[in-house]
Amino acid sequence: MDPAAAKLIGAGIACIGMGGAGIGVGHIFGNYLAGALRNPAAAGSQFTNALIGAALAEGLGIFSLVVALLLLFVA
Amino acid sequence: MANDPIHQFRLHDLAGPVNIAGYEISFTNSALFMGIIVVTITGILLLAARKGALVPGRLQSVGEMWYGLVDNMVKNVLGEEGKAFFPLVFSLFSFVLVANMIGMFPYFFTVTSHVIVTVSLALFVVCLVVVVGITKHGLGWFKLFVPHGVPLAILPVISIIEIISFLSRPISLGLRLFGNMLAGHIVLKVFAGFVVSLGALGGIGILGAIAPMFMAVALTALEFLVAFLQAFVFAILTCVYLNDALHPSH
Repeated sequence: MDPAAAKLIGAGIACIGMGGAGIGVGHIFGNYLAGALRNPAAAGSQFTNALIGAALAEGLGIFSLVVALLLLFVA
Repeated sequence: MANDPIHQFRLHDLAGPVNIAGYEISFTNSALFMGIIVVTITGILLLAARKGALVPGRLQSVGEMWYGLVDNMVKNVLGEEGKAFFPLVFSLFSFVLVANMIGMFPYFFTVTSHVIVTVSLALFVVCLVVVVGITKHGLGWFKLFVPHGVPLAILPVISIIEIISFLSRPISLGLRLFGNMLAGHIVLKVFAGFVVSLGALGGIGILGAIAPMFMAVALTALEFLVAFLQAFVFAILTCVYLNDALHPSH
């Protein structure tokens, strides 16, 4: 296979990992909303924790974006 | 090229490179915008604090909310002894927030869309965690990597995982901000490019350009949210990591 083509295909495959981050962030905010609707009084105090969780989950998705960028521009 | 979505991230020298001790140092557009950011933060906060009225006006309210947000964050995560870190967290939050917001203006440069800037900030935070942790707790700080109440059999594995997760912090903290700003701005420009190239077709192309136009407007609103959220996340993760330095046994 042409190395340039292999690079592009690899970058595309690396981006599949971002789907996992999407699932994770969706889980966090979905469960946060479910909890918040059951107990609205406690929702405000937990919003920061939801954001921290979403940020940590999202960070792992960003790693796969970086792998894709490395493949495209560095490797 | 007008439609190139990467063009906005290009660095160019505003004042030619000066050779200092073998390094080429030049004043780039990135440096210019960092200066603008610092001037903007200082200007807004000085104007907001100028009167100090008992019943705050509009600008003073903004200043108070800005200060109160970070103050609450530091108090909730770090507790009373975290007060010493308030100026650091406030500076980081303000710098990232204003950098992201200024980047949203057309033709302006987004400082935080460059990995060198964000990872430098993140490396500084994590190095500070190590320094503060060792000065406060001595070698006992390394108990951070040996959690309490873990069975002896799996302790080595857990320790290795903890060490790896600690070492990946500067990377993930910096890359999160970088990735969000980079991806967001590229998406904005790609949709704006659709409008331009469809509109150039004329006739039915102009009709087709309406949908990406609205999409670009909606994405701009989303990007403003992301700009604030990423600054907030950067600041709160700084607090969480500093908490590890102050209270290592969790």
